[in-house]
Amino acid sequence: MAPHTEQLTRSAVRLRGLTRSFGGRKVLDGIDLAIPAGQFTALLGHSGSGKSTLLRAVAGLDHQVEGSGQLTAPERVSVVFQDSRLLPWRRVLDNVLLGSEGREAAAKGREALAEVGLKGRERAWPSELSGGEAQRAALARSLVREPELLLADEPFGALDALTRIRMHGLLRELWERHRPSVLLVTHDVDEAVALAERVLVLEEGRIGLDLTIDRDAAARGEYRGLLLAALGVTEDVR
Amino acid sequence: MTTSASTSSSSAAGTAAVPVSVAGDETGGSQVRRRRRLSPGKRLPAAPIVGPALVLALWAAASAAGQLDPAAIPAPWTVLRTGVHLWTDGTLPNDILTSLRRAASGFAIGLVAGVLLALAAGLSRVGEALIDGTVQLNRAIPALGLIPLFILWLGIGETFKVAIIAIVVYIPIYLNTHAALSGIDSRFVELAEVQGLSRFQFVRQIVVPGALPGFFVGLRLGVTGSWLGLVVLEQINATSGLGYMMFQAQNYGQSDVILVGLVVYGIFGLVSDSTVRLFERRVLSWRRTLSN
Repeated sequence: MAPHTEQLTRSAVRLRGLTRSFGGRKVLDGIDLAIPAGQFTALLGHSGSGKSTLLRAVAGLDHQVEGSGQLTAPERVSVVFQDSRLLPWRRVLDNVLLGSEGREAAAKGREALAEVGLKGRERAWPSELSGGEAQRAALARSLVREPELLLADEPFGALDALTRIRMHGLLRELWERHRPSVLLVTHDVDEAVALAERVLVLEEGRIGLDLTIDRDAAARGEYRGLLLAALGVTEDVR
Repeated sequence: MTTSASTSSSSAAGTAAVPVSVAGDETGGSQVRRRRRLSPGKRLPAAPIVGPALVLALWAAASAAGQLDPAAIPAPWTVLRTGVHLWTDGTLPNDILTSLRRAASGFAIGLVAGVLLALAAGLSRVGEALIDGTVQLNRAIPALGLIPLFILWLGIGETFKVAIIAIVVYIPIYLNTHAALSGIDSRFVELAEVQGLSRFQFVRQIVVPGALPGFFVGLRLGVTGSWLGLVVLEQINATSGLGYMMFQAQNYGQSDVILVGLVVYGIFGLVSDSTVRLFERRVLSWRRTLSN
């Protein structure tokens, strides 16, 4: 019983007073945030609102950025970028295995590729994949590392609408199966509501709205309205 | 009369310049006009040797017709006979071997130096500060202009020749490899960090493969450069080698021997360049370029 409650209360990510600035301009202004282990969180915001800065800080990729604050993140973190970022000189399976070596890893890589529906494409070159397939391979690469935290920076932003819908289903399915904490950065309100359990809106370097999405709720449209209002968008229906 | 569009246009070529669908055509729809093709089209068979073969044929024909002064430009068969003669009496194999040894050792040193310097300059800021400017300065000085100084330093033996060839070779290899190294996409560097690659894994799995296309450009220039340097060096002060053979022939007015030397140089250049290209195609098979 004890480990179970611990599982529920343990935070995967904890930010306290996180500040980041570029050339004197504060992009993140003292953010406090805790993401429980296993939670699917979406981070919404205008372009330039600091979404990516926040994600890169959590990923540990902001080497030369001024800033202060405390940040804890799990040991095993995977990142999915907007572009698939496959190395053109490695075949798909070798791309998935980047950073993990050994026979066991190879088996895991094949498994991950099968999971994202790319079974049989192990030997293909990245240039032979479609945009959606490349992004699936990138997802497989992030899965192989069995992440406790999956960071995704507008991972479907470059995909066409139909592919995006299928990728939503895949991401949600992978999350349900592996249960990593997910921080999904997006500017698409519908995507955030469709996928996440909790949606944060970043506004002028602070978290302007923290919304828990009840997946059984009938009135999904309300969330949409709320979030759009928080983003300062008024929808003119007529 | 419902022949296909392409054949009917040829029969109508005498009457109309533009094939328009003929009145009374049963389909009634207008014919689709093929767009003007702007690509050069299919490659001719044996394309690379067509030009040289034509030159050779013209040369042979002119010689046979007596249009060429045999003292200035001997006939192809004379050159061939001289070549066979020089080969069988042992002077040509000896000269070729000497030249090959010089080119090979100079090339090997230049290759290793170029790659190591490029890696050092590309992977560390200190290395870049120390190396890049120095090589750029070295590049500005024509390598052949260093010959007098190198003779003073290293003597007139083999060492200075190998050193000059090494310099001619390392510069293009360094420049192109370094350019490719610094051109590696920063997104891939970020990816390597995210995937937790060690410094060594990063170099082996991302830096080296990413820099290979540039390296091969440098390698091809270096190979050509080594032959170029050789010709000059062996004509300045040598007692054996292909260049020496040609220089001697000039003194005795043996234009056929000079041509034999040129042909051998040409063959070497061609073979080494094709070898590098073959190797390049194997290693860079992931690349889809315009040429294939």
